[in-house]
Amino acid sequence: MLNYIIKRLLLALLILIGASILIYMLSMLMPADYIDNQTAAALQSGSMTMEDVMRLKQLYGLADKSFKGIMKSYFSWLLSAFSGDLGHSFLYSKPVTAVLADYIWISFTVAFISYILQIIIAIPMGIKAAVNQYGPYDYTVSVFAMIGTAFPSFFLSALLMNVFSIRLGIFPLLGLTTATKVFGPNEHFAIFLDKAWHLVLPIAVLTILGIGGTMRFTRTNMLEVLNSDYIRTARAKGLPESTVVYKHAFRNTLIPLVTSLSGLLPSLFGGAMITETVFAIPGIGYMAYRATIQGDIPFIMGYNMFLSILTVSGMLISDLMYMVVDPRVKLS
Amino acid sequence: MEIDRTNTNNNDDILVVRNLKKYYPLSRFSLSKEKAFVKAVDDVSFTIKRGTTMGLVGESGCGKTTVGRTILRLHEVTGGQVLFDGKDLATLPSGALRKLRPQMQMIFQDPYSSLSPRLPIGEIIGEAVREHKIVPKGEYRSHILKVMNDCGLPSQYFYRYPHEFSGGQRQRVSIARAVALKPKFIICDEPVSALDVSIQAQIINLLMDLQAQFGYTYLFISHDLSVVEHISDTIGVMYLGSLVEYGSKESVFANPMHPYSKALLSAVPVPDPDHKMNRIILTGDLPSPINPPSGCKFRTRCSSCMDICSKKVPQLREIEKGHQVACHLYNKV
Repeated sequence: MLNYIIKRLLLALLILIGASILIYMLSMLMPADYIDNQTAAALQSGSMTMEDVMRLKQLYGLADKSFKGIMKSYFSWLLSAFSGDLGHSFLYSKPVTAVLADYIWISFTVAFISYILQIIIAIPMGIKAAVNQYGPYDYTVSVFAMIGTAFPSFFLSALLMNVFSIRLGIFPLLGLTTATKVFGPNEHFAIFLDKAWHLVLPIAVLTILGIGGTMRFTRTNMLEVLNSDYIRTARAKGLPESTVVYKHAFRNTLIPLVTSLSGLLPSLFGGAMITETVFAIPGIGYMAYRATIQGDIPFIMGYNMFLSILTVSGMLISDLMYMVVDPRVKLS
Repeated sequence: MEIDRTNTNNNDDILVVRNLKKYYPLSRFSLSKEKAFVKAVDDVSFTIKRGTTMGLVGESGCGKTTVGRTILRLHEVTGGQVLFDGKDLATLPSGALRKLRPQMQMIFQDPYSSLSPRLPIGEIIGEAVREHKIVPKGEYRSHILKVMNDCGLPSQYFYRYPHEFSGGQRQRVSIARAVALKPKFIICDEPVSALDVSIQAQIINLLMDLQAQFGYTYLFISHDLSVVEHISDTIGVMYLGSLVEYGSKESVFANPMHPYSKALLSAVPVPDPDHKMNRIILTGDLPSPINPPSGCKFRTRCSSCMDICSKKVPQLREIEKGHQVACHLYNKV
């Protein structure tokens, strides 16, 4: 068991190094880097010369774009990354770790709430659809779930914004707080309500996007179990249908369900880049989006390494969970 | 044909199956108006006396298992009657049916897939005992342990999971599960065909011991004729969804009348190296149950096929006492 985890962690390290090389190369080879972006206007107007720009690039470590130069700067990044220093963000003028720590929680809150909602809504829907396979309920739910999954997040966001904030005016359009309101120092509850109000639409978008997959996954696994012999045994015993469905069938569906859902847990910290950007919510995804289009290499590296770690640990968690929920599985 | 006999509600007969039909629609989205059906069970009638065992034999795909499941209404009945202790299971409302289920149990073929992998043995056996209040609450545990003991399962298995057991032990669990509900009637659907030969004998003996002790009635479905001969009192031979021969074990085994039964029984191995086997080898494949041959379904493979066979469906008729055959060969009046 311990051996297995150690083996998996070493493998994860290898994957992370591979991913970091790829990401570093790609970001360094972007046609316009951070300095180009920042100095383009000044260069045009003549207030800066090419020499100034090159000197700045030298300062930021962006001057040498040869393979050797990239490798050299990569290894210096890797060395400091191993010592826990992810560098300074160009754009936010703060250590990358500090930016991550500052903006992660709002993303996590949004993602976690929609994750819980998605589970609460999708699993019972999947169960009911499986029990009434090919019935009207099954078809209706499947069609809506598919539509929800098929929508791109920016489109669904725009749709909800149009209907609920522009036409109906029920929810605010953008941001996390109402800019025109001023709160006193002790109005914590009012501030909380105001933020919650702003987060309703983004959470709805993420929930709708997630329901389809989880619902179909539950349905498929439920169907497989419902057609198995031991369900027939349970019915032949004369158990009530609800016991058959929930105790016998659903319990066995839980194995793949818990495995896949627990694998999603780490990704909740990763932020929803597009949704956060459309709604202008200052979460980690929005910050990463801004950093990426500006060519903020330390932040891009830090954020993507963070995502990689979340993905790798998600896979590890789901493998370990598999062992916890299924008494038959022993990993070796 | 035997309406008055069964209407008197003969108390000796625990199960009367009359003209049982189970059709599966072939396609839900068929364009043609005439729907095609797989006639898995087509007009099957038989009677089982209390405390006896009826063996149901036939090659795979002939509808034996479907008969068993349809009797217990694990599949909905398409037509016909299933009288269990005088109550028609085919039309019983589902609530009443559920109340009646403990009295009629089923042992499934595959002991690996018929036990829920997430429940310990004690719960698998005891769950329905609690649900139907078979024994008073205080006696629950001792009842389960006694049943386990009767079926050759030591009491320390109570908290173990099915995956920790071998096939033979799992089948003992399945039997214990059925028996714990104090049923009157048990359908054994090929209970030994998934097991090693050495284990098969143990399971068969267990079933026979339990019957001697508690007076169960069995419907024993199998394709293994030696096993059926050993355990049964009466035999039904099925071919393509219909019963072609039905009678006491002695008369069917000593004097099989239907050409199909003759062929089937000639294939039973005899444990004697000097014995000359006169096997009747059937030619051709089992016809499709979607489009069975007209008249007698067996005529395409029958060596004594006559003109009438393709025109008229032979009915099950009593040829000698307690021995019914559905074949035109015996209809010469």
